[in-house]
Amino acid sequence: MRRNNDGGEWKTYKIVSKKELAPKIKLFEVETPEIAAKAKPGQFVIIIIDEKGERIPLTICDYDREKGTVSFAFHEVGKTTKELGFLCEGDCLENVTGPLGNPSEIRNYGKVLCVGGSVMIAPLLLQVKAMKEAGNSVTTVLGARIKDVLMLEDEAKAISDKVYVATDDGSKGYQGLDFLKELLKTEKFDHCVAMGPVVMMKTVSEITEPYEVPTVVTLTPIMVDGMGMCGVCRVTVGGKMQFACIDGPEFDGHQVDFDGLVKRQRLFLPEERLNSVLWEMGGCKCGGNKA
Amino acid sequence: MAETKPKPKPKIKKEAVKMPKQDPKVRVKNFNEVALGYTEEQALEEASRCLQCVKPQCVAGCPVEVPIPEFIECIREKKYAEGIAVIKSKNALPAVCGRVCPQEEQCQVRCVLGKIGEPVNVGRLERYLADWERDHGFQIPEKAPPTGKKVAIVGAGPAGLTAAADLVKRGHEVVLFEALHLPGGVLVYGIPEFRLPKAIVRNEVNYIQKLGADLRVGNMIGRMHTIPELMKNGIEAVFIGSGAGLPQFLGVPGENLGGIYSANEYLIRINLMKAFAFPEYDTPIRVGKHVVVIGGGNVAMDCARSSMRLGANVCLLYRRSREELPARKEEIENAEEEGLVCRFLAAPLRFIGDEKGWVKAMDCQCMELGPPDQSGRRRPIPIKGSEFTMETDTVIIAIGQTPNPIIQRTTEGLEVNPKHGTIPVDENGKTNLEGVYAGGDVVTGAATVISAMGAGKTAAKAIHEYLMNKK
Repeated sequence: MRRNNDGGEWKTYKIVSKKELAPKIKLFEVETPEIAAKAKPGQFVIIIIDEKGERIPLTICDYDREKGTVSFAFHEVGKTTKELGFLCEGDCLENVTGPLGNPSEIRNYGKVLCVGGSVMIAPLLLQVKAMKEAGNSVTTVLGARIKDVLMLEDEAKAISDKVYVATDDGSKGYQGLDFLKELLKTEKFDHCVAMGPVVMMKTVSEITEPYEVPTVVTLTPIMVDGMGMCGVCRVTVGGKMQFACIDGPEFDGHQVDFDGLVKRQRLFLPEERLNSVLWEMGGCKCGGNKA
Repeated sequence: MAETKPKPKPKIKKEAVKMPKQDPKVRVKNFNEVALGYTEEQALEEASRCLQCVKPQCVAGCPVEVPIPEFIECIREKKYAEGIAVIKSKNALPAVCGRVCPQEEQCQVRCVLGKIGEPVNVGRLERYLADWERDHGFQIPEKAPPTGKKVAIVGAGPAGLTAAADLVKRGHEVVLFEALHLPGGVLVYGIPEFRLPKAIVRNEVNYIQKLGADLRVGNMIGRMHTIPELMKNGIEAVFIGSGAGLPQFLGVPGENLGGIYSANEYLIRINLMKAFAFPEYDTPIRVGKHVVVIGGGNVAMDCARSSMRLGANVCLLYRRSREELPARKEEIENAEEEGLVCRFLAAPLRFIGDEKGWVKAMDCQCMELGPPDQSGRRRPIPIKGSEFTMETDTVIIAIGQTPNPIIQRTTEGLEVNPKHGTIPVDENGKTNLEGVYAGGDVVTGAATVISAMGAGKTAAKAIHEYLMNKK
């Protein structure tokens, strides 16, 4: 909540802690009691850094109802996430809106496979914890491009029944996710949760499909408002148009048109690169309108 | 023209004072307001045309019953502060209404002067007083003593702001919830800067906050709090004014290609997020050289005119003919002055993309008009064998919006129209739930700012009566 009643004090979204989880991946804990009171695994927030900032969706990684805080992780890839990474404890965000999206369906499925990749490992662990608390046996798979960016392994081990590690280049653990095929041949899973880059979620869904393991993927396409208004987050699921923000963000991985999603995620790549480069070059934001 | 009645006094001018506007060639290159507003002399001259009818027809045409002859009389006497107070007794957002109300269908169409010439330009006079007040500072009117009753308003758009202002003035405690990070609803995310400057909206909202409404932005009801939760936590009545925010798509192949925007996305990027000033503002927008806008309402005109300001050639594709265009005539004229090309009686069949997944062309089909449909307009019927292809690099789909479904999904027991997701209400704006009222686009589907304000006003009155009669 942010109030400005008759020139009164603005209540702000203060960053109470900042942690580096891996190179270029950071975790913020932000003061926002009303969101903390309502947040559930699977939901996301939309944040804005300042009045000229864009609205970006970030999946909720944790919440502390007593402290009144919500945590989210981000990968510094574009201008906004890089700028976010420069903020420090004590700094305030312009706005945090949430919790948005439908919560995950957490219940006792039996044996659950949770696969996370890159920055999405952080919110995945919230699901692992919730699945475990619901009485499931949880096998967690942590994926990363290379060993150096693999994160939260100890945290995952502390809450999972079994943890596997995989990297794209094989620098740690298995190389790629092909080992999952072998795993599924020998072990039966009742449910699978995949959170990570689109390509990873596509691979996981393709691997689980022949074994008929229901697979839930979390989609975070481009969003502007994040509450059903703009439709930029539209994805095709089971041949039907769905909005990730209000119909999702979780969908049946066996029904999602991942290739269409990849294309839509790249819609504004040139603009994102331009803005990122401009910012790195010293952040001239005057747009040529300097008086 | 055969005149049987005695002619009106010769001093009455038949023509209204023209609104000064930015030159089309200049304005198509900027986002500044097109209509510049009357000067004092122009306002006085236009006000002098009013006949001060004993039974004013104009007032009957106004959804919020602004006492029009009274405020015009104040202008004549140069009592501007009194004039704006007269308007604000009924209308909390005069600077907005003076700009975007379709006066030609409401107050002005009924003006007696319209029978012999042009009606009095009520909207421009209303705008003059509102702008005068902005330059001279607000007066905060007297409020009723506190009632100790607390009301929640969902959505800080035209309906919600009006209801909030009326309820605060009646002495109730009002909490105004807005899901976006800025208040104003469609006034900030939908209507472009060149029709309604955002500073003006901010100013009108400030006035309502100064009256005492507690505004909370970034607070999506249905997610952060649900309506049943609010009612359990000390809120005695709720007004839902959440608008029609869910964009409609055509349902034709290729709609997910790059370069195809919903009107909502396009306007939100430009208006709310100021993408026209990218990279000064972080939200990008990509507009090509050949924009096609599909639709024919005011939203379609706003998209078209915004696109021209971003340097594109724009073609409007509408499946009926010019006569059926739902947009305001003034907006169509403005758009055509700025270079809009219209292609009537045609509709898209599919979109064709390039190798990068970006739209490059669209297949269309010609239409002819059949008998009227449920909306009373003649129904377009496809003509066989009339397919043609249009090259385009940007498509904006402006074929309407339906209400956002979140509140309907999260309010147990609330009756919802299954077809469009609108909320049915009685003549006072009451839903089927006790203490829960609704109004504006969430009830009617996408309509006008002023009709939403009228609904907010009606509901505020009903909520007040409900609260005062409740034990």
